[in-house]
Amino acid sequence: MADQIKLQVARYRPGQESEATFDDYDVPCPKEWVVLDGLNHVKDRIDGTLSYRWSCRMGVCGSCGMMVNGEPKLTCATFLADYAPGPVRIEPLRNFPVIRDLIVDIGDFMRKLATVKPWIVREEEKPLSAGEYRQTPEQLDDYKQYSMCINCMLCYSACPVYGLDPNFIGPAAIALAQRYNLDSRDEGSAERVAVLSEHAGIWGCTFVGECTKVCPKNVDPAGAIQRYKLTAAVETVKAFFMPRGAQ
Amino acid sequence: MSQSQEQPEYQHRVLPPHISTFWWLEKGSYFAFILRELSCVFVAWFVVYLLLLVRAVGQGDAAYQQFLAWSATPLILLVNIVSLLSLVFHAVTFFAAAPQAMVVKVGPNKVPGSLVLAGHYAGWVAASAVVCWLLLGA
Amino acid sequence: MVRQHSEPYLWLLFSAGGVLSAMLMPSLLLLFGIAFPLGWVSPPTHEHMLTVLGNPPTGLVLLGLCVLSLFHSAHRFRHTLHDAARLAHPMIAVLCYGTAVAASAFAAYLLWQVS
Repeated sequence: MADQIKLQVARYRPGQESEATFDDYDVPCPKEWVVLDGLNHVKDRIDGTLSYRWSCRMGVCGSCGMMVNGEPKLTCATFLADYAPGPVRIEPLRNFPVIRDLIVDIGDFMRKLATVKPWIVREEEKPLSAGEYRQTPEQLDDYKQYSMCINCMLCYSACPVYGLDPNFIGPAAIALAQRYNLDSRDEGSAERVAVLSEHAGIWGCTFVGECTKVCPKNVDPAGAIQRYKLTAAVETVKAFFMPRGAQ
Repeated sequence: MSQSQEQPEYQHRVLPPHISTFWWLEKGSYFAFILRELSCVFVAWFVVYLLLLVRAVGQGDAAYQQFLAWSATPLILLVNIVSLLSLVFHAVTFFAAAPQAMVVKVGPNKVPGSLVLAGHYAGWVAASAVVCWLLLGA
Repeated sequence: MVRQHSEPYLWLLFSAGGVLSAMLMPSLLLLFGIAFPLGWVSPPTHEHMLTVLGNPPTGLVLLGLCVLSLFHSAHRFRHTLHDAARLAHPMIAVLCYGTAVAASAFAAYLLWQVS
C-alpha cells in the first residue's frame, strides 16, 4: 500500500568518503506530503546526520532545490504520492559542486549574478521630494515575469551548456539582467551589455530550453536569453558602425 | 567580490560536478534537442541538392531529365524523405521559438504569442503557395 | 561598451537562415525530392525551369536562401559538435564557416551561370 515510500538519498561525507553514496530510508507517504516532508522525517526521526537546505517550504525562497528522480525540483513543491510506489531518488542539484549530502556550492552563481548588476541603475537619482518613480501597468508587464525568479538554481541544473562549460553565465543571471534592462526606471542597459555580450555570456546558449521547462515560477529564462540575443546583436552592429567614445 | 578572499575551508573537499559527454541520451527532451540541431545537416544537404538541380538545368534538358531520374532512385528518395521530415521538424521548432524570442508590440499592447506563431505559419503557407505557383502554375 | 566579436554576426546569419530555410525548403523538397520523382505531379519542363531560374528576383531569393542556409547550418553544426561531442577546437569554426563561404561562392556562380 502507499503507506510508506522508499527514499534513496545521496550522501556525501567529506573527509570520510571520497565519493557520493546512497542511503535508503522508508518514510510515511500521506497524500499531502512533499519530498521535503520526507527529508524532514528522516532528519527528525531516522538519521539526524542528513544535511540539506530548506526554508519557507512554500516555493518562494528557492532554498530546497534538489534532483528528484533525475529532474531538478523544489522539494517543497513535489508531492511524494506522485512517485508512489517509489523508490524516490534524491540527489543534490546537478552541475554544482557538492559540499555535503544534498548541499551544493552556489558561489559561482552568486558571483555571476553580481556581475550583471541586478539593481536599478540610474545616472541620477531623483530627489525624494520629486516623489516616486511611476510605472504604468504595461511598463510593469514588460519585466514582471523576470522579476519572479527566486534564485532556486533549477535552471542551472537543467542547462547542459552550463554543465559542459562552467564559465557560462547561465539562465537565471541573464533573466535577472533582463528584469532590470526592461524596467522603465532603469538606465543601466549599457553597463550590463558588456558582461552579457561576452562569449561566456548569452552567446553560449543554444536554446535547449530546459531551463524554462524546469522553472517553478514561469520566469521563462530561455525566452529572456533569446530576446536579449537580438538586443545584444543589434548593439554590437550599432557599435561597429557608430563607435561611441569610451564610456 | 575580491579574488584575494580566502577560500572557504570546505573548498578542497567538495565533490566536483561531472557531466557525461552523452548527457543528451539521458532524457527525451535532451535527445529531441540534438535531433533539432542535427536538422542543420539536412538543411545543408538541401542546398547541395538545390545546386545540383540548378547545375543540371544549366547544362541542358538531358542533364535536367537525368537529375529527375536520379532523384527517383531509392537511395536519394530515402535521403530526401528523411530530409523532408527533418526540415519540417526544423520549421516547427523554429517557429515555436519565435513567440518566446520576440515580443511584438502594437502601441502599448503586446501581441499574444499565439498570433506571432500563427503569423509564421501563415508566412510558411504563403511562401509554399508561391513556390508551387512558380513551378506548377505560371 | 560592447566588445566586437564574431558571435553576434554569426547568430544573426543563423537566425535569418533558419527562417528562410524553414519557409522555403519544405515545399521545394516536397516537390523536387518526392512529388516529381514519384510522379505525383508532372515536373516543370526544362524551358520552364530556365525561365524561373533566369528571373533575377527569383535568382536573388535562391541565392539568399543558399547563402543564409549554409551559414545557418555551419553555425548550428559547430555548436552541436560542442554540445553533443565536446569538440570546440577553433579549427572547427574555421572549417564550418569556411565551407559555408566556399559553397556560397559556388552557389552564386551556378545561379549566375544559369540566368
